[in-house]
Amino acid sequence: MKILVPVKRVIDYNVKIRVNSEGSAVETNNVKMSMNPFDEIAVEEAVRLKEAGKAEEIIITSVGDKGSQETIRTAFAMGGDRGIHILNDSNTEPLAVAKILKYIVDKEGIDLVILGKQAIDDDSNQTGQMLAALLNWPQATFASKVEVNSSELKVTREIDGGLETLKLNLPCVITTDLRLNEPRYASLPNIMKAKKKQIIEMPISDTGVDSSPRLETLKVEEPAVRSGGRKVADVDELINVLKEEVGII
Amino acid sequence: MDFSLSNEQNDLLNSLNNTIHDYDDNYWLHCDNTSKYPIEFVNTIAEGGWLGIAMPTEFGGSNLGVTEAALMMMLISEKGGMTAASSIHMNIFGPSSIVKFGTKEQKERWLPNIISGKTKMCFAVTEPDTGLDTTRLKTKAERNENYYLINGRKIWTSTAQITNKIMIIARTSKRENGNPTNGLSLFYTDFNRDSIEARIINKMGRAAVDTNELFIDDLKAPIEDIIGEEGKGFSYLIHSLNPERILVAAEAYGIAKNALERAVNYANERSVFDRLIGKNQSIQHPLAEAWAKLESVKLLILKAANLYDNNKSCGVEANAAKFLAAEYGMEICKQAIATHGGMGYAKEYHVERLFREMMIPYLAPVSQQLVLSYIAEKALGLPKSY
Ligand SMILES: Cc1cc2nc3c(=O)[nH]c(=O)nc-3n(C[C@H](O)[C@H](O)[C@H](O)COP(=O)(O)OP(=O)(O)OC[C@H]3O[C@@H](n4cnc5c(N)ncnc54)[C@H](O)[C@@H]3O)c2cc1C
Repeated sequence: MKILVPVKRVIDYNVKIRVNSEGSAVETNNVKMSMNPFDEIAVEEAVRLKEAGKAEEIIITSVGDKGSQETIRTAFAMGGDRGIHILNDSNTEPLAVAKILKYIVDKEGIDLVILGKQAIDDDSNQTGQMLAALLNWPQATFASKVEVNSSELKVTREIDGGLETLKLNLPCVITTDLRLNEPRYASLPNIMKAKKKQIIEMPISDTGVDSSPRLETLKVEEPAVRSGGRKVADVDELINVLKEEVGII
Repeated sequence: MDFSLSNEQNDLLNSLNNTIHDYDDNYWLHCDNTSKYPIEFVNTIAEGGWLGIAMPTEFGGSNLGVTEAALMMMLISEKGGMTAASSIHMNIFGPSSIVKFGTKEQKERWLPNIISGKTKMCFAVTEPDTGLDTTRLKTKAERNENYYLINGRKIWTSTAQITNKIMIIARTSKRENGNPTNGLSLFYTDFNRDSIEARIINKMGRAAVDTNELFIDDLKAPIEDIIGEEGKGFSYLIHSLNPERILVAAEAYGIAKNALERAVNYANERSVFDRLIGKNQSIQHPLAEAWAKLESVKLLILKAANLYDNNKSCGVEANAAKFLAAEYGMEICKQAIATHGGMGYAKEYHVERLFREMMIPYLAPVSQQLVLSYIAEKALGLPKSY
C-alpha cells in the first residue's frame, strides 16, 4: 500500500496571530512556521501503518512556497519516505489543492490518502472531502481510530454525541481528528536521515491545475478587545445591573 | 559572515524543544527540592538520540559539531537550568577524548552505550589537595601485568552516585619539574563500587545531580582501559577542556536567559504604586542591559564553537566565553530576583534556584581567576602567573 500524506505549512500554533498593517491578511513575516498539527497526526498514522507492515511507502507532499520543503523534511524526520513539493508562492485554495492531490494520486498510484481534517490557519475543512469527490473514492472524515485489514478499513469517527464506525475499502481518503494519535517527536538520528531523503520540486503550472483564486479577501481584522469585567457586591446588585444597565432582564 | 542559524540548526532546536516540552518548571523544582535525579528527562533525551549529537555516526551518533551541542545545551538549560544540563553534560562532552585518542576496539566497546544512555559516566579530575594545579594530582595508577592499580582521592566528582563508568586521570610516573604534564594517564573504566566509595557533598544548588568525594582503594583498571599512550593523559584531557568550557558557557547563557524571561514577565504583570513595575526605568534598564549582554556572549560562545569545529585554536575564546557567560549570568540572575522583590526569594518563582545554579559555571570547570590568568598570558602576552 502506498500512502500519500499532504502537509501544510502554517503559523505555529503557539504564535500570537497579528493582522498586517494593511488589514489585508495575517502577518507571516518573521513568524515561526510549523506543520499543521492535524497533518502531524496524519503523518504519524501513516508511519504507524508502515511500522505495522501494512504500508510500503509514505509520500509526503506540500503545496506552497519554498519554505514548505522544511515542513516536508519535518515529516521525513517522523518517518515519511520521499516528497513532492508543488511550488506556489501565492495562496492555494482548497479546491485547487484537492485537484493537485488528485493529480499526484493518479501519477503515483496511491492507495490511501491521509489528511488533516483542517488546517489551523484558514480552518476550511474542505480539502479531504473535495479530494474524495474528485477521485470518486470513499471517505472517512474526523477519524479517531483507524484499523486496516488488507484492503478493508474500519474507521471510527467522532460525531456529535458519540462515535460512528465506518467500514470502507481501499482506495480511500481519511481525514484525522485530534484524538487519533499523539504524534512522535523526531529523534536526532531521524532528523539527520531526513536530510538525505529526496524531494521533487514541481511548479504548480506543471500539474495543469488552475489555481487562480475564486475567493476575494475583503478585510482581515483583529477580534474586538474584550472589555474588562466588574465585581458586584451581591445578588441584588447583580440583578439590578442586569435590569437597569444591561437591560437583559 | 552570516550570523543566522541554518535551517538544519533551527530544525534541531524545534524538535528538541518539542521533545522536552513536558518537563516543565514544576518538574525541575520538584527534582531540586527532593534531590531527585531527573531520570525521566535523561531517558527522553537518550531515546531521542540527542546524547550522540557530537559523536561519530558509526557508533550511533549524529556527527554534528560542538556548535550544535552548544545550541542544544543553551535550550536545555533555558528550560531546566543547570539541573537539566548537568544530568546529561558528561555524556555530551566527556567521550571526546575517547573519540579522538581511543582505539577502534575501545570506541566499539564504549561509545554505543554512552550514546544510547545505557552508560552514565563521571569525570574525576579534581583532587582535594591540588585544586586547579592539575599536574600535581596525587592519585596513582601502578602498572601490573594486565591491569593498573589505582589509588587516591578525588573530589567534586559529579554524578558518581548513578554512574557505571569513570573517566579518571592519575599519575603513572613521577612528576618532573621540567615537564610536569608528562606521566599523567587517562583511564575509562568500570566504576567498581567495591573499590570506590562515593560520598555525596551537600551543596548550594543542583541537588538533583549529585557531586561527590571519591575514596579509591585498589581499583583495578584492565590495561585495555587506558586511553592512548601511558603518560600522555594530560594532553588528551586538554583536548576535551575547550569543548567543555564552551558547553558550560552555553549552559550559563541558557540559565540567564531563563531568569531574564521570568523577570520580564514579572515586570509586565506586577503593579505597585498604581503602575506596572516594568514602567520604572530602574527595573527595565537592567533587564535591557541583560538582553544586550546575552546577545553579545551568545556570539562569543558560537564563535568559540565554530573555531573548534573548524579545527582552529579556540582556547582564548572558549575561556572568555565561559568567563563572560558566568559574570553576566550571575548579574542577570541577581537582577531577576531583585525584579521579583520578595517573591524572588520564594522557590515557586524559580529565580532563586537559577541563581544558586549559576554559581556552578562561575566556579567550574575552571575558576574565573584562572581564566583571566590564561587570557592575560595567551591573548595579551603577559607573564604566566600560575
Ligand atoms: C558543582 C560542582 C561540580 C563539579 N564537578 C566536577 C566533576 O565532575 N569532575 C571534576 O573533576 N571536578 C568537578 N568540579 C570541580 C571544579 O572543577 C573545581 O572546583 C575547580 O576546578 C576549582 O578547583 P578547586 O575547587 O580545588 O579550587 P582551588 O584550586 O583550591 O582554588 C581556590 C581559589 O583560588 C584561586 N586560585 C588558585 N590558584 C590561583 C592562581 N595561581 N592565581 C589566581 N587565583 C588562583 C581560584 O581561582 C579559586 O578562586 C566541580 C565543582 C563544582 C562546584
